[in-house]
Amino acid sequence: MTAPASSTKVRGETILSVDNLMKHFPITQGVLFKKQVGAVKAVDGVSFELRRGETLGIVGESGCGKSTLARMLMRLETPTSGKATLEGQDLFKASGSELRRLRRNMQMVMQDPYTSLNPRMTVGDIIGEPFEIHKDAAPKGSKRKRVQELLDLVGLNPEHVNRYPHQFSGGQRQRIGIARALALHPEVIVCDEPVSALDVSIQAQVINLLEQLQDELGLSYIFIAHDLSVVRHIADRVGVMYLGKIVEIGTEDEIYERATHPYTQALLSAVPVPDPEVRHERNIIRLTGDVPSPADPPSGCRFRTRCWKAQDICAREEPLTVPRAADPHPSACHFAELRPTVA
Amino acid sequence: MTDAVTQPTPASATPEGGHLLEVRDLHVEFRTQEGVAKVIRGVSYHLDAGETLAVLGESGSGKSVTAQAIMGILDTPPAHIRSGQILYQGRDLLTQPEAQRRQVRGKEIAMIFQDALSALNPVFPVGWQIGETLRTREGMSRADARRRAIELMDLVKIPAAERRIGDYPHQFSGGMRQRVMIAMALALNPKVLIADEPTTALDVTVQAQIMDLLADLRQELGMAMILITHDLGVVAGVADRIAVMYAGRIVEHADVQSLYRSPAHPYTKGLLESIPRLDVKGQKLATIKGLPPNLMRIPSGCPFHPRCPYVQQVCLDVVPNSLVLGDGRTSECHFAQEVLDDSAR
Repeated sequence: MTAPASSTKVRGETILSVDNLMKHFPITQGVLFKKQVGAVKAVDGVSFELRRGETLGIVGESGCGKSTLARMLMRLETPTSGKATLEGQDLFKASGSELRRLRRNMQMVMQDPYTSLNPRMTVGDIIGEPFEIHKDAAPKGSKRKRVQELLDLVGLNPEHVNRYPHQFSGGQRQRIGIARALALHPEVIVCDEPVSALDVSIQAQVINLLEQLQDELGLSYIFIAHDLSVVRHIADRVGVMYLGKIVEIGTEDEIYERATHPYTQALLSAVPVPDPEVRHERNIIRLTGDVPSPADPPSGCRFRTRCWKAQDICAREEPLTVPRAADPHPSACHFAELRPTVA
Repeated sequence: MTDAVTQPTPASATPEGGHLLEVRDLHVEFRTQEGVAKVIRGVSYHLDAGETLAVLGESGSGKSVTAQAIMGILDTPPAHIRSGQILYQGRDLLTQPEAQRRQVRGKEIAMIFQDALSALNPVFPVGWQIGETLRTREGMSRADARRRAIELMDLVKIPAAERRIGDYPHQFSGGMRQRVMIAMALALNPKVLIADEPTTALDVTVQAQIMDLLADLRQELGMAMILITHDLGVVAGVADRIAVMYAGRIVEHADVQSLYRSPAHPYTKGLLESIPRLDVKGQKLATIKGLPPNLMRIPSGCPFHPRCPYVQQVCLDVVPNSLVLGDGRTSECHFAQEVLDDSAR
């Protein structure tokens, strides 16, 4: 596979920048005369930067807005407000041919390898479909060869181009999804829970493949997952989401070794460690209750309803995601402090 | 292929003949249009009163089918129990008429499922569903059943049980629904609880809550539990013993501590090495090469041989016997001792 013209591009520079992104889904009442009675604040002011060649992990529980975030970045969902730029170009203002060009640079790998592949198309057609839309990406007559190169790149047998998705296992299907995402030489790939539907022994194969492709092709990943162990393994930096906001963001070490937000600490402590001996030494924080509804989030700090540190100020004043005295990475807690032996 | 190798059940703390539940050499196949899939090929395990056995395996390993066979809720056809025994308090459930099995189901052995939303009936309030077994099986009056349902909801720590008893499943969160299902399972005070991936659909913080609840209930009520899961992390905290399944057989059986410290089967070893760990910073993950076998075409000899790093000619030709390794451990591998020595190193 030929690398994209990346020789002039500097590893580590900002490639994607997201600023105060919001998505509010309206709640309506009435059949004929619909009126809006509220909004589900799925994503409520998210900002981050993705650097070239790095993996940014986004973790959070279901309903925290991580998938909506991914869908907005792919323009599958129109944001309510906010801005995102990919290599300096505004993602949400682009339309027509400009949008098509932008989309070539950013592709997505979906969670469910069973529903994200059309069962009536052959693997060759699925991976080759991007070339139908972007005709200049593969010169005439070279499409089949490119598809076979892609299959080879993701570790599948190039002779299987004429097979259908049902003839492949879950892990192989996920490889097909990855090959499709790579077809147009994108620089950024958004992976939305790419391994959570796979068995343990297959999961490791796909994670290794993603890492190997990143090294070979200089890709940048946004890696969305609920499994904190997987994210620690693959990510360079990690953002933790809770109810539509990033509550803490930092390097992998900062989040996993020096987390200062109580939610991050609770999440980390709740992850089951596959070692009965370590387990009894761990100090597990038990969160009570469930995540509040994003249609009616608590005032002030959104985590205060489940937080053991909550004080009056937490209900009054929303903490900003800024560097805290305890550790210089951004954390949205009034009482940010380190906690010994988190992991 | 010779698939009639019997697996000896490893000796455990209980004296002879005293197992609460025992599965003996169970064979189950699914007869489909494409052919016969041998889903369970000689599984044996036992459960004593008050203990927790974890059955670990990936999709298609047969872990859920075994549980369904115990409960008597397998769809037959396509499933067909070819041979074997399931002994509950010494009586073989498989030879009992349906009326007698019904007395065991729910009352002696109860089960909770992975997906609480689809396991609950969306058009009835949860209190009614919890009370249903009490009314039909115990002949309780509606008022008594309602009162007992509130007690059960309290027991599984659903807040404001009295107020929420009339709510419908969709009004509960995922974790609360799972609690409702646990309450239903506990209604008739079963001695054995089978939990089939009880936390797979839940977030980590809620998962921790449910696992705590199950551990507390087991203590409080003295139940025995079979925990079916694919998650090595979940198992480590709660189980006493682990049976690892692969392609319809139990390939390794050991107590939790020894299994995690030094696995004696290449599959278990590979699994433990291939999971990313929260407390260990990642290098390249070790992988198990290849794919789980198609159950209609199970490889000759040891079913794991195409994926095994220890493979030798004998693995292709001979189905390995279950090797007893001391401490009640067994491993179904020709090179079990080597694997054990390697992982102990």
